[in-house]
Amino acid sequence: MNVFARAAPKKGENFELRADLNSEYKDKRKDAIKRVIANMTVGKDVSGLFPDVLKNMQTEDIEQKKLVYLYLINYAKTQPDLVILAVNTFVKDSDDSNPLIRALAIRTMACIRVEKIIDYLSSPLQKCLHDENPYVRKTAALCVAKLYDLKPELVLENGFLDQLHEMISDSNPMVVANTVTALSDIHVSATSQPSTSSSDPALFTITSAILNKLLIALNECSEWGRVAILSALARYEAQDDKESEHICERVVPQFQHANGSVVLGAVRVIMIHMRGVRREDLTKQLVRKMAPPLVTLLSSPPEVQWVALRNINLLLQKRSDILSNEMRVFFCKYNDPLYVKVEKLDIMVRLANDSNVDALLSELKEYASEVDVDFVRRSIKAIGQAAIKIDSGAERCVNVLLDLIATRVSYVVQEAVVVMKDIFRKYPSTYEGVIPTLCANLEELDEPEAKASLIWIIGEYANKIDNADELLSIFVETFTEESYSVQLQTLTAVVKLFLYKPDTSQAIVQSVLNTATKDCDSPDVRDRAYIYWRLLSTDPGAAKSVVLAHRPPITLPRTTVAPALLNELIGEISSLASVYQKPAETFIGQGRVGIDSVQRKNDLADDRQSTQKALATVAAGQQSENLLDFDDEPASDQPTGLAATQVLQTPAAVNLLQGTSSNPLDDLVSLFGNTSMTPAIAPGIGSANMFGGMGSVGSPVVTPVAQHPLSPAPAPGQQEDLLGLF
Amino acid sequence: MASLVAILDLKGKPLIQRSYRDDVPSSYIERFLPLILDIEEEGQQVTPCFSNQGINYIHIRHSNLYLLALSRRDSNAAEIILFLHRLSQVLVEYFKELEEESIRDNFVIIYELLDEMMDFGYPQTTESKILQEYITQESHKLEIVRPPMAVTNAVSWRSEGIRYRKNEVFLDVIESVNLLVNANGNVVRSEILGAVKMKCYLSGMPELRLGLNDKVMFETTGRTSRGKSIELEDVKFHQCVRLSRFENDRTISFIPPDGEFELMSYRLSQAVKPLVWVEAAIENHKGSRIEYMVKVRAQFKRRSTANNVEIYVSVPEDADTPKFRASTGTVQYAPDKAAFIWKIKQLGGGRDFLMRAHFGLPSVKSEQDVEKRVPITVKFEIPYFTVSGIQVRYLKIVEKSGYQALPWVRYITQNGDDYSLRTALEKGSAPIVPM
Repeated sequence: MNVFARAAPKKGENFELRADLNSEYKDKRKDAIKRVIANMTVGKDVSGLFPDVLKNMQTEDIEQKKLVYLYLINYAKTQPDLVILAVNTFVKDSDDSNPLIRALAIRTMACIRVEKIIDYLSSPLQKCLHDENPYVRKTAALCVAKLYDLKPELVLENGFLDQLHEMISDSNPMVVANTVTALSDIHVSATSQPSTSSSDPALFTITSAILNKLLIALNECSEWGRVAILSALARYEAQDDKESEHICERVVPQFQHANGSVVLGAVRVIMIHMRGVRREDLTKQLVRKMAPPLVTLLSSPPEVQWVALRNINLLLQKRSDILSNEMRVFFCKYNDPLYVKVEKLDIMVRLANDSNVDALLSELKEYASEVDVDFVRRSIKAIGQAAIKIDSGAERCVNVLLDLIATRVSYVVQEAVVVMKDIFRKYPSTYEGVIPTLCANLEELDEPEAKASLIWIIGEYANKIDNADELLSIFVETFTEESYSVQLQTLTAVVKLFLYKPDTSQAIVQSVLNTATKDCDSPDVRDRAYIYWRLLSTDPGAAKSVVLAHRPPITLPRTTVAPALLNELIGEISSLASVYQKPAETFIGQGRVGIDSVQRKNDLADDRQSTQKALATVAAGQQSENLLDFDDEPASDQPTGLAATQVLQTPAAVNLLQGTSSNPLDDLVSLFGNTSMTPAIAPGIGSANMFGGMGSVGSPVVTPVAQHPLSPAPAPGQQEDLLGLF
Repeated sequence: MASLVAILDLKGKPLIQRSYRDDVPSSYIERFLPLILDIEEEGQQVTPCFSNQGINYIHIRHSNLYLLALSRRDSNAAEIILFLHRLSQVLVEYFKELEEESIRDNFVIIYELLDEMMDFGYPQTTESKILQEYITQESHKLEIVRPPMAVTNAVSWRSEGIRYRKNEVFLDVIESVNLLVNANGNVVRSEILGAVKMKCYLSGMPELRLGLNDKVMFETTGRTSRGKSIELEDVKFHQCVRLSRFENDRTISFIPPDGEFELMSYRLSQAVKPLVWVEAAIENHKGSRIEYMVKVRAQFKRRSTANNVEIYVSVPEDADTPKFRASTGTVQYAPDKAAFIWKIKQLGGGRDFLMRAHFGLPSVKSEQDVEKRVPITVKFEIPYFTVSGIQVRYLKIVEKSGYQALPWVRYITQNGDDYSLRTALEKGSAPIVPM
């Protein structure tokens, strides 16, 4: 490679460049270097010019020096043997009288990730860590972290870690900030190694002595330094409530900083240490002071707003009182990017209450007439969520939905129908007067979800809709052409119709059961049809008590993540994890969660875990979608959405719920052996789970409904509409 | 923490890049745009941060460029996004415009800036005034340039030894009004975003103290205010202001940077009456023509005047042959914005004016029949006036040499970036019923 690169070009651009790089005129050489860098920038390979560029490293011209250094950083790896020629200049520069050059030399040297260079780095680094100029010291501090990244043993051998620890007491706040950054970076590298013991010197444990130095430096250093110090403070474990209070009081002024990441960093520290604050009034005061800076973040550029909104969403799940009077600031602006609007919608619904539901509705109605289809749909969903959340506002929500249906814009109508279904589930038989309007739009529905929703409504109120059989027969005729979710709903609705009006609907139920068991290729549909058939033929009374049983009303979940995970994410405010609302393990590294890391995490957090667990249990069993959390709180310990309904009497059901059943058919049999028991169990669970696996019962809202056999078996899509997992 | 920072054109081609850590190969930059297209194809929104195969892509848009950072760790998203914005600001201040061409022309200096602004993935010095002191457009000789003290000083924003013959300070108090009026004419949301901007031409290391008619300060110091005092809801300060002092006794004390900077910003969410009220009646004869009648009213005191008022009213995209008649000012059709703009140089307080517009419409309607309901937006500037009533009571300047300095104060109220009214109503269509 080497030989090839040097021998090859006799003409062409690189050849000319080489000639110029070796020119006797300074300007010509400098110009050539610029052209080399330009070529590098556009992606041309100029690595062959390595020795020629290197010759120009020793220069009085700082710009030229920087360019050569830049070239070195990029191509050192391709020419590991030649890099050694640069060492001399680096070492000499690190002793230069100009601090800018000293810092530049040491900074670049640590960026060249070639073993041979690294071995020469130690002694200049040693010197620069004690340089008289703070600019050099702050650069050197970060170099230690760079060195640790390459060769940890060199850092330990040379005692650089101890020196860093001493530098936390440096007189210059910028040096302190970079030192903290370096130590934290090393800490992260060390903890990501599988074999770290708690006594690893690379771990950066923050003692109370360090705490005080950090709190002092916090007020004096630059914005980015503050971010680094705040992240370190977030890791500190306070000794008692006095100390927690002290930290909160010292960090609160940072809310006034113009840099949004300082503000979010401060929010993070306060949220963490507020847990230890026992003074009720102080907690209140902290929460009150948190609101204005969070609102101000909404005047930032859209990308920053988005990060803020994602974090505000988490904060509201933890403390719904933070922004209770501020719903209006989340109203969407016409020009907001869609990703901002979507987050705002979610937060608006979270903040909705009796007193502001009118303002919210007129706003949502306005959004529903905008151009972007996706946003329109989400706005209509939000209306449904508001209806489910606020009992007193439900009627007004329904009126708005009717107005929207009257527009006859296809996707608006369909979405509104889906939303109406949820409202019927929350307020059974309250809005029956709406049903004719919905049915009038039957012809226009072409999306499976909307169809399925309307069919469910027809089935549910089959006894009150005179021509229910006519309406349903439309779908029975086209049964095999419909999508599975529509088929399932048609099946259930027809059975309901039959149970309400056995005299007139014998024929239709017969035909639908026939078609479903014979001509349908979905096992779910077939199985459900079989269950109904058998149920109807053995004991119509039991069928009635199963199919038409009372269903628990649905609610809007207060959290979208499990309580333990929520606490973890709150502790990570402003990080990617909090923005994605997923634990870091799920997206870094392999994207897979190893048992080792989970285990280690459990060990580390054991104490805190027990208190969190207690809290989590109280905060009602929310089942998480996240498998990681099953590790923290096994299903048997915690009443999950399923367990909470207490239908665990039969062994089969227990098996099903724990997901241990080896043969689903056994369970089915044992369930049928007991048809007279609690009506609310088996087939529902069966149909949802037996073949689809436990996964489809994952969400907390719909679970109560899912247990009921004949309610719409919630397809994942339908779960989402309620969950509002935008 | 960012492993790599790159600037890309809209086709996803990297124009310039800098790798800070070795853990993300630069080839991942090329994957950025295809990933975005994939996400869009799946019908999802492209968010500023997303993760793919263990790599986190964090990006912002600046006109026709993407500024992208890559990271493998669970990095601080807010920090990186703000850094990217700061980077674009610094580059704009260096090159006036940040676009493909200015990047190609200035790659040498951009590399220098990238090297100085971030180290090992952590943001360092991002103040463009300080950077300009030691990273200059002209090439420099070795002995002259040293890191300015300010890079590491406790006072990292001001260099020592500044001298002016005449010591002056100019204070601009600028309030931007954002509001949203719904179709009934009610104000749905309003806020005032205020900023105190300074132009500082002072010698040495002056200590400044700014006094405002801040209600909280009056309360804490027990002084009774003469006249009106206002409640600032959320105040943000330039990093020169001592935050802990403000927290203690609401004193705004600082050593200012040299030249122009924004000292503080604040927000008030008090209800604001629309200062410039606009409403439009629309008569839409589909397939032939559309007519507008627009009314503007200045709802502020007679002694004030709004300057450079611009009213944007949107029209159907396929409208043609515009005809305008206005009782004051000029009207222009801007087909690229699908709107017409009514410009009024000076609009006196309490006055109102009318204008009429007439457009032809094609007789054939396009397939997509969705009507956009773009709100009316307004731009204006009212000098010598603040909506909030904020006042600068004093600005004390103390320097050890004891010179006298002159402070000048100016007040302006203007539209914010979202001053919109949904008051363009079609005749015949019932206004949305109040609930």
